[in-house]
Amino acid sequence: MSGFPGFVLRRAVGAVVTLLAISVIVYVVFYVTPGNVAQITCGPRCSPEQVDQVARQLNLDDPLFLRYWHFLQGLVAGQDYSTGTSVQHCSAPCFGLSYQSDQQVTQLIWTKLPVSLSLVSGAMVLWLLLGVGTGVLSAWRRGRFSERVLTGVTLAGTATPVFVIGLVLMIVVCGELRLLPFPQYVALTDDPEQWAWNLLLPWLSLALIEAAAFARLTRASMLETLAEDHIRTFRAYGVGERSIVGRHALRGAFAPVIALNANNVGSAIGGAVLTETLFGLPGIGQELVHAVNVVDLPVVVGMVLVIGFFVVLANAVADVLYAVADRRVVLT
Amino acid sequence: MTDTSVPAASGVRQFWRRLRTQRAALVAAGVVALLVLVALAAPLLTAVEGQDSTTYHPSLVDSARGGVPIGSLGGANADHWFGVEPQTGRDLFARLVYGARVSLGVALAATVVQVTIGVTLGVAAALGKRWVDQLLSRFTDIIVAMPLMIMSLALLAIVPSSFPRPVLVALVVGLIGWGNIARIVRAQTLTLKELDHVLAARLSGWGTWSIARRELLPGIAAPVITYAALLVPTNITVEAALSFLGVGVKPPTPSWGQMLTAADVWYQAAPQYLLLPAGALFVTVLALTVLGDGVRTALDPRAASRLRIGTGRKRESKTTEGGAA
Repeated sequence: MSGFPGFVLRRAVGAVVTLLAISVIVYVVFYVTPGNVAQITCGPRCSPEQVDQVARQLNLDDPLFLRYWHFLQGLVAGQDYSTGTSVQHCSAPCFGLSYQSDQQVTQLIWTKLPVSLSLVSGAMVLWLLLGVGTGVLSAWRRGRFSERVLTGVTLAGTATPVFVIGLVLMIVVCGELRLLPFPQYVALTDDPEQWAWNLLLPWLSLALIEAAAFARLTRASMLETLAEDHIRTFRAYGVGERSIVGRHALRGAFAPVIALNANNVGSAIGGAVLTETLFGLPGIGQELVHAVNVVDLPVVVGMVLVIGFFVVLANAVADVLYAVADRRVVLT
Repeated sequence: MTDTSVPAASGVRQFWRRLRTQRAALVAAGVVALLVLVALAAPLLTAVEGQDSTTYHPSLVDSARGGVPIGSLGGANADHWFGVEPQTGRDLFARLVYGARVSLGVALAATVVQVTIGVTLGVAAALGKRWVDQLLSRFTDIIVAMPLMIMSLALLAIVPSSFPRPVLVALVVGLIGWGNIARIVRAQTLTLKELDHVLAARLSGWGTWSIARRELLPGIAAPVITYAALLVPTNITVEAALSFLGVGVKPPTPSWGQMLTAADVWYQAAPQYLLLPAGALFVTVLALTVLGDGVRTALDPRAASRLRIGTGRKRESKTTEGGAA
């Protein structure tokens, strides 16, 4: 196939291959690690006999590729687990059972995902608006004092860790000024108004940091476009400065912003982990930190793969958008 | 293509000259130098104060009120310059200056690991056979796709806790964050290896290793230094974030991120417990970022002058210098 549909299809296949490769690496790293998996699973107080028993239950004697194959089967087709007397069916995509609670990791992910998606998607809208807006403003006011102020503010933004800005916002807005209550997650389906109200601060914390990078990029790409010949032609025709900056130069920033947005999804999810922990939002990130602290490997692996899925998805979508936005991109 | 014709010695001199003309970068370099000095002299500074970073002072906190430091200003006085930590009574000044050691040390070590892996794999991909390049490039794609924060966080779960924590954090961040350097090095090497002086070396019968070391490394130095300079502040933020989450550097070793974990609870009784580590992080990352930007401008003046075109500001000195390079 050629042309646009073929490009989208090839990109989708590429994304699936990348995901498979990530799952292999993650599986190998986490289940064949220097630490003894059976010992970790069983806990530090287990006797050697108990550790052996756990190792048998986990089929640790099987060759590695076979164990990975079982893991992959579970992901694609689901799996049955015997917990003591009863048999529990874990339907696809099955990441296994939590070592700590015997709960299915997939169920855990489904309960936590809405929180993280609410956080990141809301913050993304904010950081695009704030970042591109600031970039446009400083490209428009270029060479003036206000541009230098904006540049300074965005530089400070790139230098502030998300948990520092979150801490300060929480203390000032919730603690001192009492403008907002301390955030508590309310599901969107329960009460949309409370949902947004409670997520406002977490959104802001995450967005302010991410926006800085977009402001810098937007400004840089717009200045580059403004130096091009066709802009001079517009000027010669008497097109107003506001229209030149707001319409023609902004178009030049469109493709780089899309690319950066895809690149930043990974770092934004990293930021979401910190935001969730700081504000006590029960999302994927908070659960991942907990699972890391108690060495709950199936949960860690499940969360990492789900996050990997979203990062790969974001990159694939961005590639397609990029091709739509910029016709000069060669479709390969 | 970059100015590979410039001899290395004059390149270094030119780099310093261009760096010196940027006021912001100079101030940032001064701040960074001061921070490095504080980190190196941490034992000396705490000796002058007469405290250390790990001794508990239960008598200095009010256990009846949950461990609030006794006295005004969070217990700051002539003995404890910045006051003491809530609950434990550990000296805050000592923890802050030893925290600088952890922060800078871990970030630098992680950067060294990232640059070493990135340069090795990048050069190997560019010079190796087609299948080697394919393999390494796909592997790099996958590494780049995995978020640094998330993977470091997850990896820290499976390493035995007996391992020294700061070393571990530096290793984990270093082992994951090399993807972009490898990409940059591969692209640059691919360009360089078609240049005349490299072809001449190959025709003279030099081995791949000698060519890589003597003809290619000088050419990839500029982009690698530029990117590495910007990696250091990123790594500082990642270490602070991991320690903030309680999986990075663990007590009794102090780290700025770790100090902030409980800071929100104490901000009224001991505001400096929040403000000092937060401020230290902010100043350090800001100074390193500005310095990194300055290094980039000094190494690639054309990229910087491009952005000034059309601003209506004077740009003649910068452009002529860039053009002459």
